Amino acid sequence: MVAVKETVEQVKEIEVDQYKYGFVTDIEMDMAPKGLNEEIIGFISAKKNEPEWMLEWRLDAYRRWLTMTEPNWAKVGYPPIDFQDLYYYAAPKSDKEGPKSLDEVDPELLRTYEKLGIPLQEQAVLAGVQGARIAVDAIFDSVSVVTTFKEELAKEGVIFCPLSEALQDHPDLVRKYLGTVVPISDNYYSALNTAVFSEGSFVYIPPGVRCPMELSTYFRINEAQTGQFERTLIIADKGSYVSYLEGCTAPMRDENQLHAAVVELIALEDAEIKYSTVQNWYPGDAEGKGGIYNFVTKRGDCRGKNSKISWTQVETGSAITWKYPSCILRGDNSIGEFYSIAISNGMQQIDSGTKMIHLGKNTKSRIISKGISAGKSSNTYRGLVSAHRKASNTRNFTQCDSLLIGDKCSAHTIPYIEAKNSSAVFEHEATTSKISDDQLFYCLQRGIGEEEAVALIVNGFCKEVLQQLPMEFAVEAQKLVGISLEGSVG
Amino acid sequence: MLVIENLHAEVEGEPILRGLNLEVGTGEVHAIMGPNGSGKSTLSYILSGKEDYDITQGSITYKGDNLFDMSIDERAAAGIFLAFQYPIEIPGVAAMTFLKTALNAQRITRGEDELTTPAFMKLVKEKTAALNIRPEMLRRSINVGFSGGEKKRFEILQMALLEPSLCILDETDSGLDIDALQLVAEGVNRLRSPERSMIVITHYQRLLNHIIPDRVHVLSAGKVVRSGGKELAMELEKNGYAEYEDQKINAA
Repeated sequence: MVAVKETVEQVKEIEVDQYKYGFVTDIEMDMAPKGLNEEIIGFISAKKNEPEWMLEWRLDAYRRWLTMTEPNWAKVGYPPIDFQDLYYYAAPKSDKEGPKSLDEVDPELLRTYEKLGIPLQEQAVLAGVQGARIAVDAIFDSVSVVTTFKEELAKEGVIFCPLSEALQDHPDLVRKYLGTVVPISDNYYSALNTAVFSEGSFVYIPPGVRCPMELSTYFRINEAQTGQFERTLIIADKGSYVSYLEGCTAPMRDENQLHAAVVELIALEDAEIKYSTVQNWYPGDAEGKGGIYNFVTKRGDCRGKNSKISWTQVETGSAITWKYPSCILRGDNSIGEFYSIAISNGMQQIDSGTKMIHLGKNTKSRIISKGISAGKSSNTYRGLVSAHRKASNTRNFTQCDSLLIGDKCSAHTIPYIEAKNSSAVFEHEATTSKISDDQLFYCLQRGIGEEEAVALIVNGFCKEVLQQLPMEFAVEAQKLVGISLEGSVG
Repeated sequence: MLVIENLHAEVEGEPILRGLNLEVGTGEVHAIMGPNGSGKSTLSYILSGKEDYDITQGSITYKGDNLFDMSIDERAAAGIFLAFQYPIEIPGVAAMTFLKTALNAQRITRGEDELTTPAFMKLVKEKTAALNIRPEMLRRSINVGFSGGEKKRFEILQMALLEPSLCILDETDSGLDIDALQLVAEGVNRLRSPERSMIVITHYQRLLNHIIPDRVHVLSAGKVVRSGGKELAMELEKNGYAEYEDQKINAA
C-alpha cells in the first residue's frame, strides 16, 4: 500500500492553489452600498429599470426570507454568513448603459474573457473544434457584459439575452414563467436570490424550433465581498430543443464569497432541454481559506407530455457546493436525467444530488452520479426519487459510484426513495472504490506519470457522464478532471 | 544490460530474495524457473520498481546505471517492460487511449516528439495484425471482459509498440490454451533482437518449447541455485522441483 501512503504524504502538502483562473480584473465598479434591506432591493430593481410587479415580487421574497432559517441538514460545515457584510450589486462602470455590440465592450473585460478562454468573438471557435459556434452570454459580477449571436438566433425566433433585457423586451413571457418552477419561499437561498438577483440569462425557444447552436452563459465573480445571485430562466416551447451550458470561475480571495443562483427550466409538450454545467469556482486554498459558497437551486419542470430535461454537471470548484438539480416529471411519458461528476479535493465540501419527482404516468428518470474525493474533502450524494400516488408505471434507475483517493477524504451516499404508487419500478445501485495501487502501478510501468495516470483512471471512472457533455466541452471537462486532482497523489 | 548482485529483499520483514545474482547480456533470453514461492514474481516487481518491497542488500545495474535511482515510469521510459501475469483492469479507459498515452508519455520522458494520431494509428494497425487482435478489442476498456488469451495478447501488443530493451515476461503462459500460447510465443519471438534482452519467468517448461532461452536459471528460496543451457528446462520438466524444494527447507 505504498502508493496510498505516498498519497497521504502528498495530501499534507497539497496546494489547491493551482487554480489558474484566480486573477482579478482591475476595473472601476459601480457598487450598491454594503448590506441587505428593502432600500438595496429597490436600488437593484431601479438599476434594472424593472416594472412595479417585479419589485413587489422581490420585496415579497425578502420579507419571507427574513422569517426563514438557513438549512442545516446538508453534510457541510461553515461559520455563519453575515448577510449584512456583503455587496449585493456590482457592475463595471463602463457598462452603465449596457453594451450594444462587441465593439462597445470595455477592452479590459474582453481581455478578461480571453484569458479565461471564453470565445466572445462571433467568428471565434473553441480551440481544436472546427466550425463549432457557441452563443455566449458573459456575466461579470452583477451584469451581463455581452451576448453573442443574438441576431442570428433571432432569425429562428430564439430569444437569448440577459434576464434584465428580457424584462424590458418580453415582459409577458418573463412574467408568465418566472418563479413558476421555484416558488418564492421554496428555500432560504432561493428566497434570497429572488429578493436580490441582479442578472442571469433568459432563453425562449419557439414551438418546433431546434436551436441552431449551443447556448452558454459564462459567470464570473470578480469583485471582493460580492455575492453573485443570478437567475436563469429557460423555456422550451412545444416540440423544441435546446442545449445550454454554463461555466463559472472566480478570483482567488481569502474571504468566502456567496453564489446563490436559481435556475428554472420549463419544457412544454415534446420539448427537450439539455442543461450542462462546468462549475469551477475558486475552491479555497489548502487550509480551506477562501473559496466560493455555491448554494444553488436548479429545477426543471417537464410540464408537457413527452418532454425531457437532462442535467449534466461537472463540479470541480467551490469551497462548499450545495446543489440538487431536479426534475418535476409532470407531463405523462416525460423523462428526467441527471448525470453528475463531483470532484472534491483539499478541504472542499460537496453535498449534491438530484430530485426526480414523478407526477405523470409512464415517467422515467435516470441518475448517474460519480463522486471523486481526494485530499481531506467530503463528498456527499443526496438524492430523492419519488412517485406520486397517481403516477403509474414510473421507472427510475440510479447509479451512485464513489471513488476515494487517499484515506483522509470521505464519500457518502444518501438516497431517499418514496413510491406511493405500487407500479413504480425504482432501482438503486451504489459502489465505493479506491484507485488501486495495482492500477496505478500498471500505468506507471507503461511509462505514464503518476498525475496523468490518476487523471486517466478517474476519466475512465467518469466516462458515462463525460459522454453526456456537448462534444465541444467534453475535452475541456476531461482536462479539468485532471487539473482538479493535481497534487492529490505523489 | 542487467547485472544483479547479492540482492536481498523482504516484504513486511519477511525475506523473499536472499542473495540473488543474475547477469543478462544484451540480446540474450534468460528463463527463470522455480517452485511456487521461490521469489520469481518478486524479482519481476523489483526490477520494474513496485514499491511493496524493502531492498536490504545488494545492487541492480541497468545499462550501467543504478536502477534504484529510477522511478517506475523512468524505468519504463528507459526500456524496462513487464508483461503482467495478471493484467490489471481499468474500467472506462479504452485500450487504444491507454496505448497512445503510454507511448507518448515515454517519448516525452525521453525528449522525443509525441506521435501524431495518424502515425500512431498506422503503427497500431501494423502491430495488431501480427497478433491477431481485432481493432474492436482496442475500443474496449483495458482488460475488462478480456479473455485470458486476449489479456496476454494485449500485453504483448504493448510490448511490441513500446519497443523496450528489457522485457520481463511474468508467467505469460499461465491461463493460455495451446493455440493462444503459440500465438503469444510467436509475438514474443518476433521481438527478439540483438539489442533486446528478455527474462522469461515460468513455472512450466512448455513455454520454453516456443521461446527458446539462451540460459535457464533455477530460483529457489530467493536465490539462483542452478544455471544452465536450455536443456536444464527439460531436466526440470522430467524431475520436477523436488530437489530444490529440499534446499528451500534447508535455507529456511
